[in-house]
Formats: sequence, structure tokens, C-alpha cells
Amino acid sequence: MDVATDRPAYLAEHFTDAEQQKESAKLGMWVFLLTEILLFGGLFCAYAIYRAWYPDMFYNAHKHLDVVLGAVNTVVLILSSVTVALAIHAIQHNKRKQSIIFLTVTLLFAATFLVIKYFEYSHKIHLGMLPGKFYTYTGIEGTNPHIFFTIYFTMTGLHGLHVLAGMIVIGWVLIRTIKGHFNSEYYTPVENAGLYWHLVDMIWIYLFPLLYLVG
Amino acid sequence: MNIIPEKNYLTYPKGLKSWLFTLDHKRIGLMYLFAIMFFFLVGGIFALMIRLELFSPGKDIVSADTYNQLFTLHGAIMIFLFIIPSIPASLGNLILPLMLGAKDVAFPRLNLASWYIYVFGAMFAVYSMIAGAADTGWTFYTPYSIETNTAVISLTTGAFILGFSSIFTGLNFLVTIHKLRAPGMTWFKMPLFVWGLYATSIIQVVATPVLGITLLLLILERVAGIGIFNPALGGDPVLFQHFFWFYSHPAVYIMILPGMAIISELISVHSHKKIFGYKVIAYSSLAIAFISFLVWGHHMFVSGQSELAGMIFSFLTFFVGVPSGIKVFNWVATLYKGAVRFTTPMLYTFAFLILFSIGGLTGIFLGALSVDVHLHDTYFVVAHFHYTMMGGTVIAFFAGLHHWWPKIWGRMYNERIAKITAVLVFIGFNLTFIPQFIMGAHGMPRRYYDYLPQFQGMHELSTYGAYLLGFAFTIMAVYLIHSIFKGKPAGNNPWGGLTLEWQTTSPPDPHNFHEVPVWTHGPYDYDKIKVTPDLEKELETA
Amino acid sequence: MENSGTFWLPRAASTYAADVDGLFYFILWTSVVIFALVVFGLIYLSIRYKKRGKTELTAGISHNTKLELTWTIIPTLLILVVFVWGFRGYMKMRVVPKDAIEIRVTAQKWFWSFDYQEGINSVGELVVPAGKPIKLLISSRDVIHSLFVPDFRLKMDAVPNRYTIAWFQADELGEYQLYCTEYCGTEHSKMLGKVRVLSQGDYENWVNENSQLGQGLTLEEFGRQLYENKGCMPCHSLDGTTKIGPSFKGIFGHEVQLTSGETVIVDENYIRESILNPQAKIVAGFQPVMPPYQGILKPQEVDALIAFIKSLKE
Repeated sequence: MDVATDRPAYLAEHFTDAEQQKESAKLGMWVFLLTEILLFGGLFCAYAIYRAWYPDMFYNAHKHLDVVLGAVNTVVLILSSVTVALAIHAIQHNKRKQSIIFLTVTLLFAATFLVIKYFEYSHKIHLGMLPGKFYTYTGIEGTNPHIFFTIYFTMTGLHGLHVLAGMIVIGWVLIRTIKGHFNSEYYTPVENAGLYWHLVDMIWIYLFPLLYLVG
Repeated sequence: MNIIPEKNYLTYPKGLKSWLFTLDHKRIGLMYLFAIMFFFLVGGIFALMIRLELFSPGKDIVSADTYNQLFTLHGAIMIFLFIIPSIPASLGNLILPLMLGAKDVAFPRLNLASWYIYVFGAMFAVYSMIAGAADTGWTFYTPYSIETNTAVISLTTGAFILGFSSIFTGLNFLVTIHKLRAPGMTWFKMPLFVWGLYATSIIQVVATPVLGITLLLLILERVAGIGIFNPALGGDPVLFQHFFWFYSHPAVYIMILPGMAIISELISVHSHKKIFGYKVIAYSSLAIAFISFLVWGHHMFVSGQSELAGMIFSFLTFFVGVPSGIKVFNWVATLYKGAVRFTTPMLYTFAFLILFSIGGLTGIFLGALSVDVHLHDTYFVVAHFHYTMMGGTVIAFFAGLHHWWPKIWGRMYNERIAKITAVLVFIGFNLTFIPQFIMGAHGMPRRYYDYLPQFQGMHELSTYGAYLLGFAFTIMAVYLIHSIFKGKPAGNNPWGGLTLEWQTTSPPDPHNFHEVPVWTHGPYDYDKIKVTPDLEKELETA
Repeated sequence: MENSGTFWLPRAASTYAADVDGLFYFILWTSVVIFALVVFGLIYLSIRYKKRGKTELTAGISHNTKLELTWTIIPTLLILVVFVWGFRGYMKMRVVPKDAIEIRVTAQKWFWSFDYQEGINSVGELVVPAGKPIKLLISSRDVIHSLFVPDFRLKMDAVPNRYTIAWFQADELGEYQLYCTEYCGTEHSKMLGKVRVLSQGDYENWVNENSQLGQGLTLEEFGRQLYENKGCMPCHSLDGTTKIGPSFKGIFGHEVQLTSGETVIVDENYIRESILNPQAKIVAGFQPVMPPYQGILKPQEVDALIAFIKSLKE
């Protein structure tokens, strides 16, 4: 078939045209994001149920989280969302260098988030504010304060894993951008990585008030 | 004479590597088929051991602990490794893109990944068998699953990983159905098999992540003692049940909807008759998918949940029943003024209609609050879900397998033996599970290693039935494998189907179609298009 | 299957059982009718329209609104009847009469223990007066169990850290089978019990007898009685056979090896500790599965059991 000759290199064999490929990839990404929301949805339910059971304990326990560090991290993630959006915008207009810079900055923001999280975690671990049976801290009033830290660590821990996964994805997109795989014609992977990153960001925007700003 | 094309997806390209790294949906489907049939065999052997142990009260062949591990593994393997992937991942992968007139699924690499993830997850489950198999039941109820010193972590990790495989298949199908349909194939001109898999995929994508997080929390509970489901640490064991059934009730529709999808297809093709109520069947699949998310609490009527919750869940449960009932009536009505052929796939379709009707109707008993209190956790429940899952899904799977077998391999099995086997399966199945309804209603609890002498007669009958069933499946394996090598070439369209998979060669070309097909008619237009099945052509001309 | 009861259901021995059975049979016969219609339709249509001769075009019937409405509306109405009936029956089971006698039910691996208002306790056997509503306040000491009395159509889960409530009233005297129906481990299928329904007079006698339990018996005899009634018997044999736990035969005064590798002499203190806190020292070759009897046995009952085990010296 001679139609095949004018097929661009990025177009997979089983798609009829670039439009179909792009739309498929986008739809696939949105469906994937839906599964991610439901994954966290289970934890949000657990949070709601235990908070309803132990409202006072939740209030007392949340005071031991560092609101300043939490807020800084929120700002860091929001900024990273902006830079990833700018990176997509740049590649849409064939500005490869700009896109590379913005992706790199996004990675740096993500790393900053994890470093701050590391300090928060090690402080808590040091004090014995640990989940479940490892909880040894004594300074919190109320029933079962370890449940709060179970929820804190599983939610932020799972989110942290997502940040890490996002960094890997963005890193991969960055390498491909450097190699010149993307241009204003074809930039779907950059866009999808951006979508994923926005979701990671959005989940934190819910986690921050729910955990750090109880009451 | 029918001939088999020399270059087809089975023969080209050659070599083990070309299979292990294939992106062809048909090969991936076939690899899934082999994998799930292997686990059907393993799960089936466990079932036969369970039935042998229960032949008489007291110890027959194994200890109580081994028995508890056997029924756990039987359930976990049959659910997570066999039924959930059975129809979508094997037959769906093989047939769905062909039906749509597509060259492949939307994400072929993701498709291959899902197979490897399946194998990886299965390895954890197998490891669990060696390392002191879990004895929690496939439901992993807390706090028992936190306390027991058996290999719960490896089995739940296996199930967790298998979830990803299931999500990837569902995601792939959703996008494929949305974006890769042949020119001319509008939503309401899609074959009903596609509609059924579409509804299934929605549930897979929405429900499976919740199972994922539930199992993850259970694993953390065992590894790190996080206390969220552990009453000893202030957690709530009943919360686990809510989480678990939020996935696992929709999951039974992940299992049955593809079965219904196959029956919708087969009843029309083998009676050469337009399907009765196409839109109703399509919409009812979506309705079932939607309502299935709202009924999980009917597994917990005696768990101490509030009367209000019981009332709401009971009410909604009945409304899952209505669309299923409507489907059955539509299928039967399709036969009216048709040209019914008593082929092997059709015999399995009839078996499905009878067994699934029993399964569905006995579900009404369990949805009724006061009656459920009596029947909950007895053999009545065991029999009910085997009638829906095995009499429904598994029978439909075998109907579909016999229907598409000549397409997959290009060769036919021996129909006479196949029909006799179908009858044996039907008799064996009923003999196994009808006694279980009766003893369940009399109060025989499920998951019992030992039982009171009054139940012995019924248990004996059930065991005889199970072995008849095992015998019938053995024959099936023999004639199917035989046909792969020695079967008569079946022709491109052995049954006279109108959907696109029958318009390519058997077995299909590696690229499915030589030219992009255009869809000009409905999938069941037997009133407009006369198509003589290849298997009947010689007879008719004679 | 049993001496009484019907083909489908066991005897109906509680006040609300008849209502449950009524609904059961309503669903059963409605289902039989619907099922018969489906099977008849299937057989008749498939034979009547069996393919004969050459392949021809068939009728293009795609739907029939009247027919479809009929088979949607009738089942929906039937289902609403079943729902309302089931819910009302359920409320009868849930709403406990005010004058009900309260009994505490404690489930643990693998026996049932019942505490009565009179301050007495029975294991594996629930004894109640006929014709009186009985309220059961149920909980579990370990995993989830479920109390099931088929003849009463009664079932309720026993959940750790929480009370669940059920009630029944049995008017007929007799003995009824009780099961555990939530899977709970090795001896799940042995976690059985009986409900004995006595006349008011017999019940009072039983209460009196039990409040003076052990009186008129030697300590050893009393110990044997406790051994049989408090759930020791299923796991510990008297003839030397190994069950879930070590046999009591000739165990007293002997040295045993523990899982920790140490050895101890089986004396009064070891037996006492092993009854009240069994996990402390497990004999090698056995699983740590025995429930603690702290709070279940009174001090003199522990003494009686020790005396009984002592008497089993070879």
C-alpha cells in the first residue's frame, strides 16, 4: 500500500492517522488518572471514617504536623505544576530549549518536595510518632492516636511514591525531548506526563488541608 | 474444500522470541488462553480434592488446616487467575479488535505488559502455595487474615499485582472501542459482545483500584501492624469488609457481563436470527455495571450493619436483578421464527440460559433480608454463586471457546463428541450443586471441614457430580487439543456469522485484514443478508 | 434429612421463623413458575424453529414494546413485594421486645460461652426458657465468628471490639443445633453448640443447679465436669491421642519441652498459667492457638481442673 509512505515515524502501525493516535493516548491517560483517583479514594474514605470516630484525637494529633513545611511543599508543588504546563506550551511552539529548561525545573521542584518530606518523616520517626504498633510517642491526648499516624503515613507515603514515579516519567520525557523526539506536531508524551503530574499535585492539594489543617 | 492460509498469525513470524515479544493481540490472547486454562486445571484439582474430603464426615484425605488452605486456593485461583481474566483477556483479546475491524488494540505494548504482569502475579500465588498456603478464604477477612501464620502476604501481593493486569486490559479495551472502530460502525451497530466488554471494562477500571488499596492496607497491616483493620489496635475489621466488597461485588459483574456478552452473540448467530431487543441488551449491560457499585452491603446483612443500610442495599440489589432477567427473556425471544441450529456452542448457550436462570432466581432469596439471614454463609450461597459464576460465566466461556475455536485455529473439533461432552457437563454440574442448595437451606454452613451425619447423603451426591464434571472437562481437553493438529479445516465462516471476525481468514492474517473493512450493515441482519455457514455448504449443495 | 422439617427447610422453631419460611416459599414458587416459562420457551421455540432445509433469510423482528414492558413490569412488581416482605420480616428479627431476657454471648476460637443474668455461665450450650423472648448480646474475643441456629432462622456475626444484637423466642421445648458460620480457622467446623429450650420450671432448676455447681462433688469430679463443659475436651484427649493440644493423660509431674527450647515440669503452677494465659509457655510441636480462660473460669474452677488433671496420673 502506498499510503504508508507518508506516515510519520512516530505513528504506530495500527493507527490510521496521527489524530487517532493522539486521541487514543489522551483518552487512555484520562482513564488511567481515574484509576489513580479511585486508588486514593479508598484512603480518603478510611480517613473520613476514622476522623468521624475519633474527632478529638485527630484534632490533637494534627497539631504535631509542621504546617509551615506542609505549606511550603504545597507552594512547591503548585509551582511545579506551572512549570510543567509551561514546558508543554513551549514544545507546542517548537521551543525545545525552553521546554527542556522547564522540565528540569519541574524535576528540581519535585526533588525539593521529597527532601522536605524526608525531614518531616525523620523528625516524626525520631519522636516515635509512627503508625500502628510502632507508635511510642506519649504526648498526644485521645484514643488511638497511632491511627492518625497510620493514615498520615500511608496517604503521604503513597503520594510520595507517586511523586517519585512522576519524576521518573518526567525524566524520561526530558531525555526524549533532549534527543529531539518531540515537536509541535508530536508531543503527546509530554502532555500526558504533564497530566499525570497535575494529578499528583492535585492529590496533595487535598491531603494538605485534610491532614495539616484539621478543625 | 476449506483451506488454511499458509501465512497466518500462528505461523508468521516464527520462533519462540516472536511469541514472547509479540504485540499481536491474537497471540497475546492465545497466551492468556493457555495461562488461564492452566490455572483452571489447578483450581479444578483443588475443587476435586475438596469434594473428596467432604465425601464423608471427619477426615477423609487431608487435615483440617490443609482443607482450609485448599478452599482458599480454589477460590483465589478460580477468581483472580481464571474467571476475571478468562473471557476478556483471552477471547476478548483474540476477537474484539477483529470485530471492530481494527488492526490491533489501542496500546499493544500495554497489552503485552498486562500478560507479563499476570504471569508475575501468578508466580506470587504459586509461591504462596509452596510457602505455607494462606488459609483465610479468598475473602481475606480481618482480623483472621492478620492473625493466621500462613502465607497471606504472598497471596494478597499476587492478587494486588493481578489487579494491574486487569486494569490494563480494561483500559485498553475502553480506548480501543472508543477510537478504533471500523468506518461505519456507530455505537449501536457494534456487536453485543463489544458492548458487554465495554461495560466490563468500566467496572475493571473503576473498581479494581479500590481492591488494590484494600490489599495494600492488608499487606501493611501484616508487615507493619498499622492497625487500620485490627481491632486490637483500635481499627475496624468490618471496614475491611466494606472495602473488600466495594470491589468484589462489582467484580462478580466483571465476571458475568462478558459471559452475557458471549451469549448475546451466539444466540443470534446459531439461530440465524436478528437479536431481540438489541438496545435493551446493550443498555442493560451499562445499567448492571452502574448499579453493581451500589450493592456491596448485601454481603454484610448479618455483620451488625444498621437496619437502614440493610434496607437500602437490599432494595438496590433487586434492581440489579431486573436487567439480568430482561436479558434472559430477550435471548429466549430471539429464537422465535429463527433457524435454530443445535451446534456445540448453541448447546452451551442453552445450558447457560438454564443454569444462569437458576443462579439469578436463587439470588432473589439472598437479596430478601429476612431470608438472607437464614441462608447467609451456608451452602445455599455456595451453590448460588457457582450457578452464576460457573453455570453462567464458565459455561459461557466454553460456549465462546467452541464458537471461536475454528476461527482461532482454522480447524474444527469433533462435534459429535463435543455435544455429548456438553450434556455431561450439564448433568455433572447440576448433580454437584443442586444438593448444595438443599443442604444449605437446611443449615449446612460453608467452609466446614467436618459436618453432621445428616448431611452426608447430599455431600456424596455432590462429590459424584464433581467427578463427573472433572471427567467431562478431561474429554473436552482431549478433543480440543486433538483438533488443533488433526481437525478438519473449518473455513472462514463455519457458523455463518455476520460480524467482521468471520470476514477474514481462519486463522486470521497477522494484520487481521488485508484491506480496511467497512461496516455497512448491522451485526445481526439475518433478515437482509443470507449467509450459508461453511460447515453446512457441502451438505446444502449435495 | 432431619426427623422434622420439610424437603427445603428445617423445622421452624422460633416465633419469626414462619414469616421467613412464608417468604422463602413465595420466592420459591414464583421462581419455579418463571423458570418453567423460560425453559418451556427455550425448548418449544428451539424445536419449533429448528433449522430445516437450506439457509434462508429469517424474520427481522427487532423488538416488541408491549411484550417487553410486560416482562419488565411484572418482575419489578414481584421484586418489590419480595423486598417489602423481606424487610418487614427482617425488622421483626431486629426489634428486640422490651421484656427480653438478656444473655451475653462470647465467641472465641473455638467455642461459644454464654453468661446469664443469674451470674452463671455455660459453654457450648445455650439454655433458655420456652415462650420468653431472649436477647443475645454478642461479641468475640478474637476473630469474627457468626452465631447460627437454623431452626430459629437466627444468625448474627460476633465481632471483636463491638456488640451485635439478636433475639429469638422459642415456644417448643427441645434441643436445637447451633453453628459458627463465619470462617474462623482450624476448628471452625467443630465450633458447634446446642440450644436447649426448657420449660420454665426446668429452666429454674437448671439455674439453681448451676449456681451451686460443684457442690456435692469431689474436686476431681467437678474438674471432670468442667473439662467436658468448658471446651477443653475437643482439643485435649484423656487417652494419650494428640489433638490440637497435648493429651492430659499422665501429663502431671512430667517434664515437657517448650517451643522456646526450655523444659518445664508440669505442676500446679504450670497448669494454672496454661489455663489462664496459654500463650506464655507452649509445648513443642503445638500451635499457640488456645484462648485465654482469664475471666471465664472462677478460681475454684481452676483448682478443680488442676485436681482433675492430677488424677489422670497413670
